Amino acid sequence: MTVVELGWWGVPIGVLGGAIRISTPFLFVSLGECITERSGRINLGLEGILVMGAMSGYAVSYTSDNPWLGVLAAGGAGLLLGLLHGLACNLPRVNDIAVGIGLMLFGTGLAFFLGKPYVQPKAPTLPGIPLGAWSDSPQIRAALQVNPLFLIGLALAVGLGWALRNTRWGLVVRIVGDSSDAARAMGYAVARVRTLSTALGGFLAGIGGSFLSLYYPGSWSEGLSSGQGLMAVALVIFARWNPIRCFYAALLFGGAGALGPALQSVGVTSGYYLFNAAPYIVTLGIMIATCSPRRTLAGAPGELSINR
Amino acid sequence: MASDRSGPWRRAAEALVIPIAALAAAMVVFGLFMAALGQNPLEIYALIYKGAFASAFSWQNTLSRAAPLVLTALCVALPAQAGLMVIGGEGAVVLGGLIAAIVGHLLSGAAPTGVKVAMVLAGMAIGGIWIALAGALRQYRGVNETISSLLLTYVAVALFNHFVEGPLRDPSSLNKPSTTYIGDVNMIGSLPGLDIHWGLAFGIGFCVAMHVLVRYTTYGFALRIVGGNPRAARLAGLPVTRLVLTVCGLGGAAAGLAGAVEVAAVHGSANASLIAGYGYAGIVVAFIARQNPLAIVPVAVLVGGLSASGGMLQRRLDLPDATVLVLQGIAFMLILGSEALYGRLKLFRARVA
Repeated sequence: MTVVELGWWGVPIGVLGGAIRISTPFLFVSLGECITERSGRINLGLEGILVMGAMSGYAVSYTSDNPWLGVLAAGGAGLLLGLLHGLACNLPRVNDIAVGIGLMLFGTGLAFFLGKPYVQPKAPTLPGIPLGAWSDSPQIRAALQVNPLFLIGLALAVGLGWALRNTRWGLVVRIVGDSSDAARAMGYAVARVRTLSTALGGFLAGIGGSFLSLYYPGSWSEGLSSGQGLMAVALVIFARWNPIRCFYAALLFGGAGALGPALQSVGVTSGYYLFNAAPYIVTLGIMIATCSPRRTLAGAPGELSINR
Repeated sequence: MASDRSGPWRRAAEALVIPIAALAAAMVVFGLFMAALGQNPLEIYALIYKGAFASAFSWQNTLSRAAPLVLTALCVALPAQAGLMVIGGEGAVVLGGLIAAIVGHLLSGAAPTGVKVAMVLAGMAIGGIWIALAGALRQYRGVNETISSLLLTYVAVALFNHFVEGPLRDPSSLNKPSTTYIGDVNMIGSLPGLDIHWGLAFGIGFCVAMHVLVRYTTYGFALRIVGGNPRAARLAGLPVTRLVLTVCGLGGAAAGLAGAVEVAAVHGSANASLIAGYGYAGIVVAFIARQNPLAIVPVAVLVGGLSASGGMLQRRLDLPDATVLVLQGIAFMLILGSEALYGRLKLFRARVA
């Protein structure tokens, strides 16, 4: 096969492919964080859940020989850790941000401990869908090799956006997140709604983790996550608590991460770390532009502790 | 009405008993977990004690690990006095280390004492500026400091990677990109007679000074009023913005100092070892210490001790080095959750006369 020289065109194609590949875990953690925050809590522990999901997904895929069982197991592990966060934060005086950081350290520690035996073996990974089969260019084919989880995440973003707007459940989550007093007056169990929302958020973050170990990079190691879980908080602000915009935000954050390697492939080897910071600077810029001393973040759930 | 004089003592006892009980519960949970995996929990407890606190060597290991945590915990506890929740200490650590390496390299010909002082001061300055930036965004633009400090951490890490792997990279560091070694003469050595670097003394000194500042000065009093009720503080004519900016600066300076010390006393150059999560562990330390600058020291020593015992478990029982991370994680979750018990136990409730 002849390699088609793409030259500088390799950069946007590389960024596109990288964005699709790298954005999937971002997408799942940000959707998870979005649900949690819409119910009025913030979970900074998604990083721990992501790593735990990556480990348990890989381990179950290895032992059962079925990567989809691994994805499910990763979601289950995330659900349990999310439940832990939700229940802990139901206790009086317990700070959700502190518990989140604690959960991050607990989840990563537990995953490193339990995952030790799975660093070496090779587990079956998820298949990709070759959407680029029409093209002769290997770069385009590689870029359009899409994982089913990416498409599931996209469907989920649309579905969640619809559900939050149009279903009874979505309304309850939003009421609880905007005013616990109003929710209590209407007879909703605020703590239970928040616990379930956090658990569901954990489930999604766990699946996001399984993408890391079962598709890209596609193996389990302790350095697998580069902080995607913690970044979820920034993504959700960037997306202004809207699941569909979470999808765009994930693509953008993923694309920024892919810019470095893509530039490297055409010989630009320095300076690309600064591009990695671009999404955070933009998020910060959005916050600076939309906040004022008299008004907090527009669109933020009223009960969110970071909104006070 | 006779006031109950045992009140403060009861509160102190409460603040001591509850976290210790939670820690004991964490040890039991961890023991059950290890027993379920076929290990002998008693043997593990003994080894943890041995690795953390049994010998002079293990104490040195423990204290060296506690030193950065003391300083990064201050980066959370000081802004917390004014009601701010800063979680971006990691960024200040990373930049403090980077600037110390740059200063150490640029001044490498100068008098060693001057170089050392310059490295430490530069680290504190940049850390202070970085966290004060989060405080300024809050005061002037209403941007939440928790999120902005987290975002600033990512910016700091990107800057760090850019300089360490780009313009400032020592060409001879092949596998692990590092800045140029600052030189033996410029390394801040160990405390006299001990194998513990100066970071510990800096950390304890910083904590004591901040305790005095917060407890016994008008500045500290004003700060606590801001933390209690910013609107009331403003109505009382307190310079809220100046108080918030300075306290964020002090906290950031502590974290920046942690990074500078890690470079100037441990690594000798800035490299990826600096991004070790000290900032995040410091958050938990500060919360366990309930934002009390003096309580930070024993908590950090305890957390440092648990980390130090990892090697012992690895060598003796062939357990993964992450074993102590599991114990730490369980302890963090239970101690943070035990916050709910304050004021609920009859034993510690002041008697109303």
